[in-house]
This record gives sequence, C-alpha cells and structure tokens, in this order.
Amino acid sequence: MTVDWQPVLLSLRVAAAALAVVAVAGTLAARAMTGRHFPGKDVLDGLLVLPLVLPPVVTGFLLLVLLGRGGPVGAPLERAFGIRLLFTVHAAVLAAVVVAFPLMYQSAKAAFQGVDRRLEDAARTLGAGEGRVFLTVTLPLAWPGLAAGVVLAFARSLGEFGATVMIAGNIPGETTTVPLAIYFLADAGDMRTAGVYALLISAASMALVVGLNVWARRRVPGWQRGRRG
Amino acid sequence: MLEVRAMKRLPHFTLDVDFAVRDEILVLFGPSGAGKTMTLRLIAGLERPDAGEVVLDGRTLVSRERRVWVPPRERRVGMVFQDLALFPHLDVTRNVLYGARLRGDEARARLERLLDTFRIGHLARRWPAELSGGERQRVALARALMSDPDVLLLDEPFSSLDLETRRAVQDEVVAAHGTWRIPFVFVTHDREEAERLGDRMLFLRAGRQEG
Repeated sequence: MTVDWQPVLLSLRVAAAALAVVAVAGTLAARAMTGRHFPGKDVLDGLLVLPLVLPPVVTGFLLLVLLGRGGPVGAPLERAFGIRLLFTVHAAVLAAVVVAFPLMYQSAKAAFQGVDRRLEDAARTLGAGEGRVFLTVTLPLAWPGLAAGVVLAFARSLGEFGATVMIAGNIPGETTTVPLAIYFLADAGDMRTAGVYALLISAASMALVVGLNVWARRRVPGWQRGRRG
Repeated sequence: MLEVRAMKRLPHFTLDVDFAVRDEILVLFGPSGAGKTMTLRLIAGLERPDAGEVVLDGRTLVSRERRVWVPPRERRVGMVFQDLALFPHLDVTRNVLYGARLRGDEARARLERLLDTFRIGHLARRWPAELSGGERQRVALARALMSDPDVLLLDEPFSSLDLETRRAVQDEVVAAHGTWRIPFVFVTHDREEAERLGDRMLFLRAGRQEG
C-alpha cells in the first residue's frame, strides 16, 4: 500500500485558501452586522448562516445551479471574463468558503457582541477614530472568539465533502481532496488506503481542536488571570 | 464655557435641557432614568440630539439647525463613565496614556504628574482587574484628564464606593477641578454628594429641568 500525499497537500492548500477568505470576510461581516439595525437584517443574517444548517449537498447543488454554464452567475462570468469555475480547484475552494463561512461569522459575531460597547465609547471620547477603536479595543477583546472561529472554519474546510463533490468533482490532482479520496477509495473497496486518510484527517482535526483549547488556556493574558506574574 | 440646549425624544419622555456651565462644577441631580446620562452622552457626541445644539468655548459641537456635527474624537470632551470603562486588556499606564494628545517626554511628564496627583504611581504596571474600587476611580479620572479635555463629564462615578472612599475621591475631584479650571458636569442621584460637590445644581426629572 502506498499512500498518495497529493490529496493531503491539496486539502491543506484548499483549506488555507478558503480560510484566508473566510477569516477576513467573516470578521468584516460580523462587524458590520453587530450593533446595527436595518430592515431585512434577520433575513440577511439567516442567509449568511444558511450553509451551516443546509445539507452540504444542497449547498453544492445551489452553487452548481448558480455557477453552471447557463446559471445566473456562471453565464455572465464566462461571457465577460472567460472564467469557468466548476470542476476546478477554485470550485473546491469556493465550496469550502461557503460552508466554513457561517462558523467564522457566528464565532466573530458572538465575540464582538461580548465586547462592552462602553469601552468603545470611552475610546472615542479619548480621541480615537473608528479604525483605532476597532484595532486597539474591539479586536483585542474579541480575539479569543475570533481565534476559535478561525480554527473551526479551517477544520470545517479540511473536511468539506458534500458541496465539493457537487461543484468540484473528483479530478485527481486537481479537486480530489482527502474527504473525496476517502469516499472514492472506499467505494472501490480500498479500505486500507481510505482508512489511512480517515485517520489522518481525524488526527488533524483533533489536533486543531485540542491545540485551540491548550492555546486558549495558556494564552490567558494577565488581565484575565487577575494577578500578573 | 459649555452651553447645552438640546432636545431628544426618548421612549418614555422627551429630554429637554438648556443650561450653561462656566469653569465650575455643575451637578446634574435627579432620580434614575431622568435623562442625566443621556445629557452627558449628547455632550460627548455618543448620541445625537433631535434638536438644539452644544457649544464648547464658542466651538459648535453639534447643531441640528446649522447641520454641524463634530465626532466624539474631535470634541475634547473628557468622560468618566458610570462603570469607569477602563480597558481591561491595558495596564494602568497604557490606560491613562490611551487618550494622550502630547507625545514623547511631554506625555511622560504629564503622565507622572497625573499618577502623582491621584496617588496611583505605585499601580502603574497593574491591570484594572487588580485594583480596588477607589483606585479604579482615580485611574479613570487620570485617563480622562490626560486627554486634555475642555470639559469633564462624570457619570455617577462613585456610586459603587463605600462612604469613606467616596468622600476621599470627591475631595480629589474638587482638587482636580481647582487645578484644571475647566467646566465639570457631575451626574449623581445622591443629594449629599450633589451638595458636597456642586458649585451649582440642576435638578432633572423625566427629562425636564427644575430649578
């Protein structure tokens, strides 16, 4: 039995690319949605979180319809830029982005809601503009929650299967990530190789979650420990 | 001089105030929910009035009629919040320095002076969570004054203190006022505190001024 490392490397690349998008977009969206009220906010919030509760296959199906050659997004994209997303590595990244986004968004929203608004007000009266308030007060205080969101989103991207198989397919070396490899190996009866991949991804996910817990405990800053030194 | 003439509709009543403060301590006094905190927030620019204006030393900070709006960061209005709102993730020094307009040696000198004035020099490296109630008050005062405000607003800052500590910091507020010579607006619902501190008193009930 020889283990092909390509799916592993591809999974890491896809998850990393997805995370870069999700971390920034999730944080900004959460920031924009906290402490603001406008008509349709609940519906928009629901839409942003939808991929969390939809079966990934359904998310994938919707993306397939949207991005297909005749689809409302796919057709203009191909006409204007000649870009075809489906069944490329970019589609795998997109699938990971869509399913991981709600985890980052939810974590970031909870983290921002946990920041005392009066601290931000205090910073404003002390001469801080909105950018400085965000960077020196909001972000540091929301940081543990944001970090948790990053880890969850990364783990979710790493394990994404349903939406990926719908829009990225199973093209070895291009879109065959570890979860897809497991499915098709098991389907073909190669339980040993599938098992190795399954073990790998379980170990990686476990390591991420345990790592987050340890980090969260160790990195408790002095102000939360109560006493310094 | 601080001039406030502002109206704001609130869920249960309409806040309507009209007063001026020279370099004195004006006490805004009245029961909870009378609009005292809202009045301070209007002055600081944390809320917008529905009508009226706030003018500080001839500088219009907000005016609905003339469509003027100066954001809080440019108002030079210092505020001590009811729960103090010290930054929990910054130590005492960095809390006080947060609003510093001075830089370098000048900022250092001012910092030293303020830490001295409020007898918190020995706490410079401590976290807010490690301080007693009275110490936190002093840090909040020092932080607000470090930003060189043209007016200082104090929102029931001593309500959580025991009587003895409260008297001590009240005296410090009076002393600080003597040094800084800017208008202080002090909100309280405690009559004794109002009489002890105020050069002048303004009674607020359900958004209306009485006397």
